[in-house]
Amino acid sequence: MSAWETVIGLEIHAQLSTKSKIFSGSPTTYGASPNSQANLVDLAYPGVLPVLNTEAVRMAVKFGLAVDAAVAPRSVFARKNYFYPDLPKGYQISQYELPVVGKGHLDIVLDDGTKKRIGITRAHLEEDAGKSLHEGLPKQSGIDLNRAGTPLVEIVSEPDMRSAKEAVAYLKKVHTLVRYLEICDGNMQEGSFRCDANVSVRKVGAEKFGTRAEIKNINSFRFVEKAINYEVARQIDLLEGGGKVVQETRLYDPDKGETRSMRSKEEANDYRYFPDPDLLPVEIDAAYIASVKATLPELPDQKATRFAAQFGLSEYDAGVLTSSKELAAYYEEVAKLLAGGKEPSKEQAKLAANWVAGSLAAALNEHNLEIGESRIGAAGLAGLLGRIADNTISGKIAKDVFEAMWAEGRDADAIIESKGLKQITDTGAIEKAIDEVMAKSPGQLADYRSGKDKLFGFFVGQVMKATGGKANPAQLNELLKKKLAG
Amino acid sequence: MSLNRDQINSIAHLARLSLTEAEIPVYQDSLSKIVELVGELDAAQTAGIEPMAHPLPGLAQRMRPDVVTEKDQHELYQRNAPQVEAALYLVPKVIE
Amino acid sequence: MHTLTLSELAKKLRAKEFSVTELTKSLLTRIEESQQTLNAFITVTPELAMAQAKVADATLASGVAGPLTGLPLAHKDIFCTQGVKTSCGSKMLDNFVSPYDATVVEKLNAAGMVTLGKTNMDEFAMGSSNETSYYGPVKNPWDLKLVPGGSSGGSAAAVAARIAPIATATDTGGSIRQPASLCGVTGFKPTYGRVSRYGMIAFASSLDQGGLISQSAEDAALVLGAMSGFDPRDSTSVDTPVPNYLESLNAPLAGLRIGLIKEFFEKGLDASVEKLIREALKVYEKLGAKLIEVKLPALPLSVPTYYVVAPAECSSNLARFDGVRYGYRAKDPKDLMDLYKRSRGEGFGAEVKRRIMTGTYVLSAGYYDAYYLKAQRVRQLINQDFKRAFAEVDVLMGPTAPDVAFGIGAKASDPIQMYLNDIYTIGANLAGVPAMSIPCGFVRDLPVGLQIAGPHFAEAKLFNVAHAYQKETDWHRQIPAVFKGELS
Repeated sequence: MSAWETVIGLEIHAQLSTKSKIFSGSPTTYGASPNSQANLVDLAYPGVLPVLNTEAVRMAVKFGLAVDAAVAPRSVFARKNYFYPDLPKGYQISQYELPVVGKGHLDIVLDDGTKKRIGITRAHLEEDAGKSLHEGLPKQSGIDLNRAGTPLVEIVSEPDMRSAKEAVAYLKKVHTLVRYLEICDGNMQEGSFRCDANVSVRKVGAEKFGTRAEIKNINSFRFVEKAINYEVARQIDLLEGGGKVVQETRLYDPDKGETRSMRSKEEANDYRYFPDPDLLPVEIDAAYIASVKATLPELPDQKATRFAAQFGLSEYDAGVLTSSKELAAYYEEVAKLLAGGKEPSKEQAKLAANWVAGSLAAALNEHNLEIGESRIGAAGLAGLLGRIADNTISGKIAKDVFEAMWAEGRDADAIIESKGLKQITDTGAIEKAIDEVMAKSPGQLADYRSGKDKLFGFFVGQVMKATGGKANPAQLNELLKKKLAG
Repeated sequence: MSLNRDQINSIAHLARLSLTEAEIPVYQDSLSKIVELVGELDAAQTAGIEPMAHPLPGLAQRMRPDVVTEKDQHELYQRNAPQVEAALYLVPKVIE
Repeated sequence: MHTLTLSELAKKLRAKEFSVTELTKSLLTRIEESQQTLNAFITVTPELAMAQAKVADATLASGVAGPLTGLPLAHKDIFCTQGVKTSCGSKMLDNFVSPYDATVVEKLNAAGMVTLGKTNMDEFAMGSSNETSYYGPVKNPWDLKLVPGGSSGGSAAAVAARIAPIATATDTGGSIRQPASLCGVTGFKPTYGRVSRYGMIAFASSLDQGGLISQSAEDAALVLGAMSGFDPRDSTSVDTPVPNYLESLNAPLAGLRIGLIKEFFEKGLDASVEKLIREALKVYEKLGAKLIEVKLPALPLSVPTYYVVAPAECSSNLARFDGVRYGYRAKDPKDLMDLYKRSRGEGFGAEVKRRIMTGTYVLSAGYYDAYYLKAQRVRQLINQDFKRAFAEVDVLMGPTAPDVAFGIGAKASDPIQMYLNDIYTIGANLAGVPAMSIPCGFVRDLPVGLQIAGPHFAEAKLFNVAHAYQKETDWHRQIPAVFKGELS
């Protein structure tokens, strides 16, 4: 056991899915041609001024309410001053001393099923910077300011996480939440959901935190885990070798799987924050908060709790199925259809849960699709499950039918019919097949009867082969046992 | 003088201003005088007084509706650009 | 035509005594002929002016003209004018042609006014003498060896020399009122938030206001209405209705309570200047006003407060000038740091760099509380002083500047000496109150200005009070000898 404890805090930047930018009326769509979505305000022309987007505020408040945080009745925009080509004004409009959202929390479930509460220090509004492009230009960089001015909410966690796994669980929870709230599309590849990790280590039992390094440029859940683990190992090595951890910004290099120093955080430190004189304090009253609260959807935790109770699912299954609002809706529809519009029984709910969280999720993953792009709709899947439930096909055959449904786009019945996959439930037919197999395999029969129980599987396999896999497994097992016993 | 050379250099660096060797003492002198001038504020009794960020008190930030009002006018805006290629503003390579 | 006030021009244009085209042509000629001596303009816009004049003449002929149709004006080169060079008096923007119009410019264009050109100014509005301009100093029309004041020196000189009947200007610490005082013209700074700052290149955002330099209060009242009003593009723009400033122009002054700021009549004020101020006050007493002494004890801290707040804000506002998207760019930068440092080091003048560095310093880690926060608290005190004073009096009066115009180069070496020119004007910017300067006499043949300030949104009251004085006196009608007649 390591004598070291890991301490992790995450800073998440979520791009808000407003139509226009936070301080200008430019569009926020991703992937537009360079500088086609940067107006005079975004370009920081002389004489221009910022005007605040009401939807950005509403979305930030929504988030605050969803994490049980205090929403500030008065918050102030401040200028964070530094020079960088993707920052046209030479300062970023952010919030410093008075953020719009105060202390909150989010509960995560760890791999072993235990729950842990992660504190959220604050969440504030700010504007995104543009992008620097380096390809194709030997000694120069090209600046694209389309992204400059896109609204961000920066969510700062308390340093409550103690392992990379906890950090990933928290990150995923926030990701799920912002998508539930429909304030951010959570697209990490496109950069609309970004994470910086503050990582430090200390001796177990120590009171003070160790010096931390900030890791930037992590754009996938997998990389977050790898980057943190690498960094923890690096820091421990350093400290055990008598060295000191430098407070700095480090970049994660996914190709090499390591973090490397970017620039000393000391250098970029003096941001000279002061309240932005071009903007007035944002005032939010109780009536506004109440109106936003009324628009909150059923939150992930609430939905998971309801699923567990309503459908008799395990906490784990409920958690998986509610990882996105769309997936949860899909599941509920499958379960309802399977029950013919009535409240699904425990068996029906479980059957639906296994398939949605299992085969369907796997297929979506493999083809990199969102639930909304699934090639099998809820009705289609419910249809397939119905044929398992009414014994038309076995669970095993159903897997093949699922593959065919996904590939061909036809419904379950059509495929079962055309491929003749109906289960054999006729006792006589199964017995006949068993008799034939037993006759063909006298040696194995003798061995089995003399005690080699494992050969049961051999006979099952042979009968299945003989029946083209269509023998009802439960019946087969029962009849085979009887016959083998003699 | 209240500000030394190093301070002048670090301020100029923060502000991204190049200073010639000859300029340093000149700014050292004038900035020190200004710092002395503003030092008069020390004497003011401001305990319990709120800082005033805006001259008109009690006003709150107006919020505009979330509507796209701008169209692509990059050709017009880039007429003033010192160096542009493929609609990108060019700067010496930014090393990360 | 050039000796006529804007109001008189408006009447005569309507009476068809001359056309807008004729008027514009004659002013453009005067501008051309005086440019070498005065250097009041950075850019003259003859094509634009003549095109606008043509349209204005047609509008006047059709009978649908507004009160400002065809009236010529000059814009301080701090206002962005679409398709026209906008330099802010700086090398940094020497090559900058604005792609858009400032709201002020948009509004006055829409009212049918004719743009003669862009006036010279202290670089980025930082200065009190118009000596920091990249385009050279502006001369005071009353004595060409002297400064016109700043930062709106070009606008003040242009109106004083009657080469433009009126000009827009901006005031952050006195940049409208002080040059108006030194040039013997009327300068008006409205309440903060009254006039939109959109398109007005920012110096100190919480202090800047756009206003006018004119021949009279009546002229300013005529134009300010069109310039003012809520602008959704400026978050600090105030959404209150704009009254008709001409309506109450002639209201009687009986019972007016005039506050005299005790602190302003103490040391530092030239004795001859003080004498003229007191004579002006006697005129007001004759008109029925009462003089009341008021104390604004925090006011003497205006200058140090201003020299923390304004540089702090400007150091941030000017960070956008980096040679990347527009403006001056250093040649052959060897890397990004070099691009920034040399573009800014070479593009900005000394006073601008001085203020950027001061601002950077007072905001930097370890100094923010002691300087910036402290200054903001003193600003609150100053505001409270003004509020208390206006509970007792209707307007405040006093000198605009401690002395008359000084020699070009005389104060250039000592920035503090220069800063003290604004000792009486800065308070109004810190409090956001409207204030103006009107001519009230001459000392050693040089103009002296009387400053009048009022509570927030008391513009109409100020115009009324100033107009009353200008009906009793004719200081505002005086024109420097050199510029009285035709120029050649």
